[in-house]
Amino acid sequence: MKKINYLEIEGRSKGFWTLLGTLGAITLAGIAAFFYMEHSGHHVTGMDNQIVWGMPHVFAVFLIVAASGALNVASIGTVFGKAIYKPLGRLSTLMAIALLAGGLMVLVLDLGRPDRLVIAMTYYNFKSIFAWNIILYNGFFAVTIVYIWMMMEKKMVGYYRPAGIVAFIWRLILTTGTGSIFGFIVARSAYDAAIMAPMFIIMSFSFGLAIFLLVLMLGYQWTERPLGDAIVKRLKNLLGVFVAAVLYFSLAYHLTNLYATEHHDVEKFILAGDSIHTTLFWVMQILIGGIIPLAIIYSKLSKSRTWLGLATLLIIVGGLAQMYVIIIGGQAFPLDIFPGMEIVSSSFADASSYHAYNPSTPEIILGVSGIAVAMLIITMGVRILKFMPLTLADKDVDPHNKG
Amino acid sequence: MSNQESSSQGISRRKFLGASAATAGLSVASGVSLISVAEAKPLDTAISSDQRWGMLIDTNKCATGCTSCVDACNTENGLNTGDEQLSRQSQKAQWIRKVELRDKTTGHEVSLPLMCQHCENPPCVDVCPTGASFKREDGVVLVDKHICIGCRYCMMACPYKARSFIHEELLNQVEDVPRGKGTVESCTLCVHRIDEDTNNRRDPACAEACNTAGHKAMVFGDMKDTNSEISKQLKKHSSKAIRADLKLNPGVRYRGI
Repeated sequence: MKKINYLEIEGRSKGFWTLLGTLGAITLAGIAAFFYMEHSGHHVTGMDNQIVWGMPHVFAVFLIVAASGALNVASIGTVFGKAIYKPLGRLSTLMAIALLAGGLMVLVLDLGRPDRLVIAMTYYNFKSIFAWNIILYNGFFAVTIVYIWMMMEKKMVGYYRPAGIVAFIWRLILTTGTGSIFGFIVARSAYDAAIMAPMFIIMSFSFGLAIFLLVLMLGYQWTERPLGDAIVKRLKNLLGVFVAAVLYFSLAYHLTNLYATEHHDVEKFILAGDSIHTTLFWVMQILIGGIIPLAIIYSKLSKSRTWLGLATLLIIVGGLAQMYVIIIGGQAFPLDIFPGMEIVSSSFADASSYHAYNPSTPEIILGVSGIAVAMLIITMGVRILKFMPLTLADKDVDPHNKG
Repeated sequence: MSNQESSSQGISRRKFLGASAATAGLSVASGVSLISVAEAKPLDTAISSDQRWGMLIDTNKCATGCTSCVDACNTENGLNTGDEQLSRQSQKAQWIRKVELRDKTTGHEVSLPLMCQHCENPPCVDVCPTGASFKREDGVVLVDKHICIGCRYCMMACPYKARSFIHEELLNQVEDVPRGKGTVESCTLCVHRIDEDTNNRRDPACAEACNTAGHKAMVFGDMKDTNSEISKQLKKHSSKAIRADLKLNPGVRYRGI
């Protein structure tokens, strides 16, 4: 295999500035939405005392989960020694940092008291999964930045693999922590399941790789750098396995729940109810986010970069829908406060069959701006530092290439 | 000045103790009076685990449609008293609510007030990242408004949906009950009432109102004091914790469900 040359992108074209401008505008809109919500209070959102985590959490958790998944490409090269993945390591790590930053921004700006971020960093209740996550998120930045440094600094090449192993283990723990936020909630029928943590890990594999592949293909197309089929095919096949695995975990989760009588009501609500969650589950998560992308990936269509790009986009949209069903759907189903009893009336919405949630525009904008911030960091990153190999043509990266 | 004050308080307390002891000596069944002497707690004494405040709610006495406890709570703590005008109904704070239940199999109907159950093992305290949700030594579960970051994880974790988030700026607050936009709050068992020294201590507003209304469905007291009314009733009658399966050992118990 040839020596890999990395180079900053030129960043002078009209397209580059248009991209930067668009992402910047969405980010500014997100910040404006934050100030509006912070100034007015959460009464301007669709959230209430029933649906306490809304649209910002859907985007934030999606991005945080995808962040650790985006690091996988680097891990496969470093930890598992697959040579063909090594040139992608820098971009993969940059993407992980960017996605986490975008997700955390949304998460923090949706707090009731975002001005108290310093309290979150200084007061720890170590029994709280959330407190652990704050440490895990900060640690992830530290670990991945060191990892990138080891990758880029020739003198540190001896530490490159250990740094990669630490980052890989850290990301597994991080996603376990994120999944456990939901898995440890015993009170809510939809969340009380240990499968949440491993399911979040496999979701991170899928969402993270989908974003990575999409950004990789767009980045190389826009900069007119060669991107060979060898790498794309490998990533594509891997993505297919991950998408199938997410479907498998969803199946296992719902089948286990369906077996237990106590969970029948919540399963009926999600799988066969009359709320938006049922549509989101079957149409968006399973069909558009799972079956259609799988069909594209494993058919001849995937030879077209456009079709493959569409498949990754569908996986991302399906992933957001899955987060929505998990986060909002889990809250929309009423708590079983009095098992065996029916609540006839209550002034605190205990009696409704499910809680409706109508997300307001500001919260959606704040959520979307998390994606924009992540993409902005990636765009600026590849412009300023040497993250992208000059060429990923088959003859330059594929050790088995005969041409 | 403060020394004089405290010494004069000390004398009056000595007088009080003396009088109580005399009463106790005269009484044959002196246990009750003696315990009340031991309970005497000046304001500057730390909360201790020698007490556990709790509530016993008799649903047989709780009247369908009566909202005396809810109204009293709102007035006492400054909830729903002209504030929170911008919030939708589902966003407004409710520390205690009336719930009407029907047994799915038998059709038996029950009316009861539901609020923070002041668990011995509160999930809200477990999940709170900063420790803002905390349990006092005497079992009262509270939110420290100074370090609550408004993440709402406690609201996700509470099996009783007992907590409310403040969705807007609040004005006209009650002096004893500070509240704030962007933080989470719930029933405090009226700590500002029960933390008063023994002579001035009052029951939580809900229990007091229920008594005034003549229903006497809510008995408040120290569950560790074997001579307290609540302990006696708990010992005598069968009572239940809501979601007992979660083993949270709540401080609020119910009869008739």
